[in-house]
Amino acid sequence: MFPKLVPMPSPNLLTERDADKTPILECINLGINFGGLAAVENFNMAIGRTEITGLIGPNGAGKTTVFNLLTKVYQPTKGTILLDGNDTHNMTTAQVNRAGIARTFQNIRLFNDLTVEENVTVAMNAHMRYNMWTGIFRLPAFWKEERVAHERALELLSIFNMADLADTKAGSLPYGAQRRLEIVRALATNPSLLLLDEPAAGMNPSETAELMENIRKIRDTFQIAILLIEHDMNLVMNICEGIAVLNFGRIIAKGTPEDIQSNPAVIEAYLGKQKEA
Amino acid sequence: MEFLSYLISGISLGSVYAIIALGYTMVYGIAKMLNFAHGDVIMVGGYISFCAISYLGLPGWLALILAMVVCTVLGIVIEGLAYKPLRSAPSLAVLITAIGVSYFLQNTALLIWKAAPKVYPSLIPTTNAQGESNALQLFGGQLSISYISLLTMASCIVIMIALTLFTSKTKMGKAMRACSEDKGAAQLMGINVNATISTTFAIGSALAAIAGVLLCSSYPTLQPTTGSMPGIKAFTAAVFGGIGSIPGAFLGGLLLGVIEAMAKAYISTNLANTIVFAVLIIVLLVKPAGLLGKYVPEKV
Repeated sequence: MFPKLVPMPSPNLLTERDADKTPILECINLGINFGGLAAVENFNMAIGRTEITGLIGPNGAGKTTVFNLLTKVYQPTKGTILLDGNDTHNMTTAQVNRAGIARTFQNIRLFNDLTVEENVTVAMNAHMRYNMWTGIFRLPAFWKEERVAHERALELLSIFNMADLADTKAGSLPYGAQRRLEIVRALATNPSLLLLDEPAAGMNPSETAELMENIRKIRDTFQIAILLIEHDMNLVMNICEGIAVLNFGRIIAKGTPEDIQSNPAVIEAYLGKQKEA
Repeated sequence: MEFLSYLISGISLGSVYAIIALGYTMVYGIAKMLNFAHGDVIMVGGYISFCAISYLGLPGWLALILAMVVCTVLGIVIEGLAYKPLRSAPSLAVLITAIGVSYFLQNTALLIWKAAPKVYPSLIPTTNAQGESNALQLFGGQLSISYISLLTMASCIVIMIALTLFTSKTKMGKAMRACSEDKGAAQLMGINVNATISTTFAIGSALAAIAGVLLCSSYPTLQPTTGSMPGIKAFTAAVFGGIGSIPGAFLGGLLLGVIEAMAKAYISTNLANTIVFAVLIIVLLVKPAGLLGKYVPEKV
């Protein structure tokens, strides 16, 4: 059912089809301290170019902190992040996004006063080429670029069957649609790695099933890598090809879903140590 | 007829307030800071155009463009030197800095142009070379509207429409609205937040230059403190209309101008400012977010 994983030089796992290509993301000894607390330490991970990877762990394990490190919301105190083989250490958040990492948020952070379509097109800004003067004087380039953006936005929205909501204010969408719009908005930045922070939070089982389909569809259509944080084990075990488990800021296990499910360290982290009989 | 003439002078004054208030409200909406130096940028715009007309002998429209260019650069420099380093500082620190920048500009102007008021050569003088009045005569001369008032009102409307189109249709406008809601998320969507804020300051300062030229053309005394009172009034107008809202600033500015003109005409010239601010207090008591502002209750 799952592609075979082959060992990498570092203790990483890559799917076989991606093994001979540069990983889209490679973290080497990544770490950050908040005061005296090492929120994340010795974080090593490589993600293949078309891999769906899960990052799981108990609450407070540092999963979202890892996302914030990858997107440069926090500056790492230690270690290196290689995005497609390029070091990102002197990039800003916006530059990292342009270089190919897009994300969604655990608590939805849409631009509520913008329409659904504007939420998507604003994310394409970095890839639109007209300058301010062209915009002010409405030169042909402006209309052309805006039309392309409009068409692209509708195309992306239709993946999630949201094209008919294009003119609705994002803030007035129902919860599930807001979650989907966040994914569309992230895709609009044209990423090669998509970070999803608890995409299934607050969804019912049928919505979650649909979400799983969509995540696979996104990977297959755009041929991008996806790293997701999720507490819904059904989703994680079903769609992730590789899983890393984080506890107290450190990776305690890595492997295929089967490996993880039977890993004693993982069971201990989630359920506590079993009393000796 | 008298009433109509007061009303028009109120709208004309209000148009200047509205143009200034648009600058305040845009900067507040995007950078979430009160740029108290905004009023003094108006004064700088006034002096630059004054110098261009009086010393360099440039025509009025060229002086206006020169003032806009200088103020735009000034706005970007102020933002880059004084406000950008404080981006993550508490808002009180930014506020104090803005007041500091305001005094800095006033005193620099004092050093360069001295305290004695300059007589500003209006863009359109009240009378032309033949001694005829430069005004639109209506109802057989019973109502006269000076051309400069007409120009002020027209500019205000054009600016308002242009800004609305800019923020609603262009990618920079969309980026501004996105930054105004959530800078962090905007950054993560590849928007350069610093560049967006700089652009906002540039636009606000260019508007301040226009306001400076129009203001001095109507009230032709220019001194280093010229900008502070209109600045504070325009800030009031922005709050009155709902700070952060572009139509709000427009509406607030016009209403404030009309209230001021009416208070001067029918109540008392000395009490005019008192009445203006009393109205502000009453409006804020009834609608805390201003006329067109959106009241967002804090989520707990």
